[in-house]
Amino acid sequence: MTDVTRTLAPSRPRLAGRLKLALCIFAFMAVVPPVAHALGEPFLIVVATRMMIFAIAALSLDLILGYGAMVSFGHAAYLGFGAYAVAILSRAGVNDLFLQLLAGIAASAVFATVTGAISLRTRGVYFIMITLAFGQMAFFFFVSFSALGGDDGVALTARSTILGMPWLQGAEGMFHTTLALLVLAFAGLYRLTLSRFGRVLTGTRESALRMQAIGFRPFPYQLTAYVIAGCLCSVAGVLLANQAIYVSPAYMSWHRSGEMIVMLVLGGVGSLTGAMGGALLTIALEEGLARFSEHWRLGFGLILVAVALFSPGGLAGLLRRLNLTRDPK
Amino acid sequence: MTDTLLSVQTLSKSYGALKVTQDVSLDVHEGQLHAIIGPNGAGKTTLISQLSGQLRPDSGRVVYAGQDITRLDMAGRVRLGLARSFQLTTLLPSFTVLENVALAVQAREGSSFRFFRPAAAERALNDQAMACLADVSLADRARRLAGSLSHGEKRQLELAVALATRPRLMLLDEPLAGTGHEEAAHLVEMFGRLKNRVTMVLIEHDMDAVFALADRVSVLVYGRIVASGLPSDVRADAKVREAYLGEEAA
Repeated sequence: MTDVTRTLAPSRPRLAGRLKLALCIFAFMAVVPPVAHALGEPFLIVVATRMMIFAIAALSLDLILGYGAMVSFGHAAYLGFGAYAVAILSRAGVNDLFLQLLAGIAASAVFATVTGAISLRTRGVYFIMITLAFGQMAFFFFVSFSALGGDDGVALTARSTILGMPWLQGAEGMFHTTLALLVLAFAGLYRLTLSRFGRVLTGTRESALRMQAIGFRPFPYQLTAYVIAGCLCSVAGVLLANQAIYVSPAYMSWHRSGEMIVMLVLGGVGSLTGAMGGALLTIALEEGLARFSEHWRLGFGLILVAVALFSPGGLAGLLRRLNLTRDPK
Repeated sequence: MTDTLLSVQTLSKSYGALKVTQDVSLDVHEGQLHAIIGPNGAGKTTLISQLSGQLRPDSGRVVYAGQDITRLDMAGRVRLGLARSFQLTTLLPSFTVLENVALAVQAREGSSFRFFRPAAAERALNDQAMACLADVSLADRARRLAGSLSHGEKRQLELAVALATRPRLMLLDEPLAGTGHEEAAHLVEMFGRLKNRVTMVLIEHDMDAVFALADRVSVLVYGRIVASGLPSDVRADAKVREAYLGEEAA
């Protein structure tokens, strides 16, 4: 629908290359804990966990932004729903991770269905603005939620339990749970984008008129994708709350939504692998540059400008041009 | 005489003071190829868009197979068997040729709320799509990206996609526009073959093609039908010669 996403649309034959690259990323992440211990820097495991949590969030945004050409500027709201599901349930004495995930997903599904149905009546910049407005409404709801600390947020007493076991308490348990969910999220979305549903979604991105001319009404498909993306992002929110052992409305501010779009632009939209790579790199740069200087955002800005100027397809586009993900002929 | 498949009744549409469609009535008979000709700016594409459901007329009715479809949207009309090809190609450029057609097959066959099984692995979709591609002699391009086809091939693909919706009536908006001599001859021959299977409404500038293919011809000038009838009658009509064919000869 928008020109940006159209020019960045991936072509089918690159799938194999993207899959390989994704496997490389997973393999790389999997060796982080032993390497971190060997280097005597266990802090790296925490950083890597954060990177992967945001990779899940970026993947979910890529489904609607990259594959559906729906540029949502309120996607961080779903991080918040997941995080607050943890905070609210744990206060009520429910510490089970699966129940918290379920609650976060249910809340996100309801919010996404209602706000998506309204937002999808608009197009282009109006869609961006209306999703931003809904995101901010959710943000201010939790800011004024004084029982949960309002603006300051609330610290959790402990991380969630899995089947009654405290597997998330250690940094490594947290790390491996996050990695497992990231692999699941990627695999699920990868299959989804190749399915019948994925074809309809991608086809609508390229030409809504064409889709109508062959008998599709795009709205129900776009709305379903919007809801799926929201639910998946809430999973990242549940993990984020557990990782930080703290929940605050800052997770769902519009800065965060913007940062997620930046991750996609940096990695390349509409390829899933690009979204993951972009998220990993953004958090890594954030940590790395922040150590280097408190003005790290300046350096990050320069990198973004360079990407926009020299590699409009993001990292994925750059690799494509370097032929690392060559088309199998 | 054959049955009326599409009946257009006193259709009108204006953009402000500009009347693009004025009181247009015409009947398209099942099994026939009905050509609509007229000079540039006569409102031919606007008329087709109202028949396909892309535009709403201000007044008048469109009746298809005995059903009033004036208020039905484009997707709904396609499901009833009323397909349209576009003058400016609206193919999905990053999809392969086969995928473009398979998506149209998918639209009428089974649910598209299937999230897990790769669509590319569905034999039924691919086989039917390949059959449509064979119909337009494009089977050897199946794996190419639609965006990489030549102009003539894109026109063929447009046609294959329309055929994949299993149409009873096809609305063809200048299918020969921009094609070379050879490509045009190829497409004309293809329409000749399709005539036996599908009813067609054809908008075209190429008069040789129109008079070779059409069973009936209507002439549209400034949004009005000025003549309608057998090709030979229309060709002989003095008003038509003055308004349109005369220009061509001059």
